[in-house]
Amino acid sequence: MSNTFAAFVSIGFHGLAFAMVLYLISVGLSVTMGMMGFVNLAHGVFAMLGGYVLTSLMSRMGVPFGLALIAAFLATALGSLILERLLYRRLYGGDELDQVLLTMGLIFMSVAAATYVWGPLQQPMHPPRWLSGQLDFGFRSFPGYRSFLILCGAGLVIGLWLGLERTRFGMKVRAAVDNLRMAQSVGINTSRLFALTFALGSGLAGLGGALGADLLAINPSYALDNLVYFLIVVAVGGLGSIRGPFIAAVLIGIADTGFKYLLPELGAFFIYALTMALLLWRPRGLFGRA
Amino acid sequence: MATEGLVRPRLKPAPRAPLAPQQAIDAFARRHRYRWWEALPWAAAIAAYVLFPSYLPLGAQILATILFALSADLVLGYAGIVTLGHAAFFGTGAYTAGILAVHGWGEPITGLLAGTATAALIGFVSGWIVLRTTGLTLLMQTLVVATLLYEAANKASWLTGGDDGLQGMEVWPIFGQFRFDMFGRTGYLYCLAVLFLCWLFARHIVYSPFGRSLTGIRENVRRMHAIGAPVRRRRLIIYTIAAGLAGTAGALIAQTTGFVGLSFLNLERSGGVLIMLIIGGVGRLYGAFIGVPLYMIAQNRFSEIEPVYWYFWIGLLMVLVVVFARGGILGLSERLRR
Repeated sequence: MSNTFAAFVSIGFHGLAFAMVLYLISVGLSVTMGMMGFVNLAHGVFAMLGGYVLTSLMSRMGVPFGLALIAAFLATALGSLILERLLYRRLYGGDELDQVLLTMGLIFMSVAAATYVWGPLQQPMHPPRWLSGQLDFGFRSFPGYRSFLILCGAGLVIGLWLGLERTRFGMKVRAAVDNLRMAQSVGINTSRLFALTFALGSGLAGLGGALGADLLAINPSYALDNLVYFLIVVAVGGLGSIRGPFIAAVLIGIADTGFKYLLPELGAFFIYALTMALLLWRPRGLFGRA
Repeated sequence: MATEGLVRPRLKPAPRAPLAPQQAIDAFARRHRYRWWEALPWAAAIAAYVLFPSYLPLGAQILATILFALSADLVLGYAGIVTLGHAAFFGTGAYTAGILAVHGWGEPITGLLAGTATAALIGFVSGWIVLRTTGLTLLMQTLVVATLLYEAANKASWLTGGDDGLQGMEVWPIFGQFRFDMFGRTGYLYCLAVLFLCWLFARHIVYSPFGRSLTGIRENVRRMHAIGAPVRRRRLIIYTIAAGLAGTAGALIAQTTGFVGLSFLNLERSGGVLIMLIIGGVGRLYGAFIGVPLYMIAQNRFSEIEPVYWYFWIGLLMVLVVVFARGGILGLSERLRR
């Protein structure tokens, strides 16, 4: 009995850690999709970039973990801003197919570029010493890094939600997601808002990719391999929603961890079948607007 | 999604001078007739058979991939369903024909038909679920279907060979007469004949009233709903047909190369076929005939040097096509003629 309980606690714990990473990466995608109607398949590229920045700063240059995280955020935000101004902006409100092609092209380029710069092998991620041990909570101990992931993710999520609810910038974002034309008419500079939101979302993805570098391994085909996870989280959560993807990420994270633990042979099937069933029931996702 | 009225409007074809009523009627009546240039791809294919006898195995793959791209064009270019999982059907057809051939049924024509039927069945079932949604959700679900099949093929290694791929196929001579030779002559002609028949079929669909209503659905779903067209049923029908044709293409490649692997089902395959189609031009029925040979010949040349960096250039090409040359090569040539 206690073994079963321990297994469930363990699944919940690791699932939650995975969920935090999924959410941090996917929330930007959901907002981009809801606000600009842009199908950004290349969102995973930013997460990968964040992971690469972190791992190479830490292992090659010995930069401390905290600083490397900040650098991962800034580098991806800046990189995405450039791409947004150069490429994405041209296709807002355009054909879905064009957007898919553009972003698929970016994915392909990222695969080759990452292979060129970092080689085809997976980048190892070594958490700092103060996080690599076990954390004792009295009744049982948990891996330190995963605990840090959950806490850090929770902090970021709360910060993000508060920011969207309480700040002027957040207000504008919500207005633009709700009704773009109206937001434009009341004088919100939507072009700049898009750019900033895009950069913020991508930066968060970079941060998520960096934090989750030992869960979703950083290798050149990262953006291709994990695309389906990010899309599932966004579609199940509901496009344009901020909280929806969180619920979806927790569901997917825990279910994926659980199925892979309990039924390693069939692990991945359930998550896909579950997704299809959920969308059959609610085609617009859990929190999608009609 | 409130995307209307955003930064830039959808690209519309440049307006032509309106036709007089009688001219318009004539134009419609002549629309489906064969034109001289429609013979060009076939002439080129036969010329290639004579001129490049040492490249026939590659040629057969190109022909089968043209069929794959043609099937994607029906879904994408005519029905406007953006899919990231078309490889699901290609792989299903390939595995069906391959598994039959490994287990003692190497008759190619029935193997081909079995591949087509299985793929169409999967297309029908998945389409029934997937086509309820639109946009990113639809995209994700097509990808999920392909990923599911990929995982299934990966796990069922007793049947599919898993990571190593399916090996040891024995394909019998076509009609008991024409043996698949080592130079790929039979394979080439076999692919050419199948492609020709499927092309006739696809062309027939596109120019039929059904094809017109698909174009209507692509251009303006709401209006098609409003005039009472059974939108969902039509999209499901074309999705099923295209899945079947993709299955035919997969079975063709399986039979001519004697190999099926997991790469037949992956995202690179689904994305790759989109790229080839885009290079040629979407929704034009001939985009596949231009894009696929260009892509595959270039890949054959360049990837020998550096396979990984091939992806960089192809990615860059996609970005450039989207930004500067919408409509691909056929679109460019149309614009130049105007």
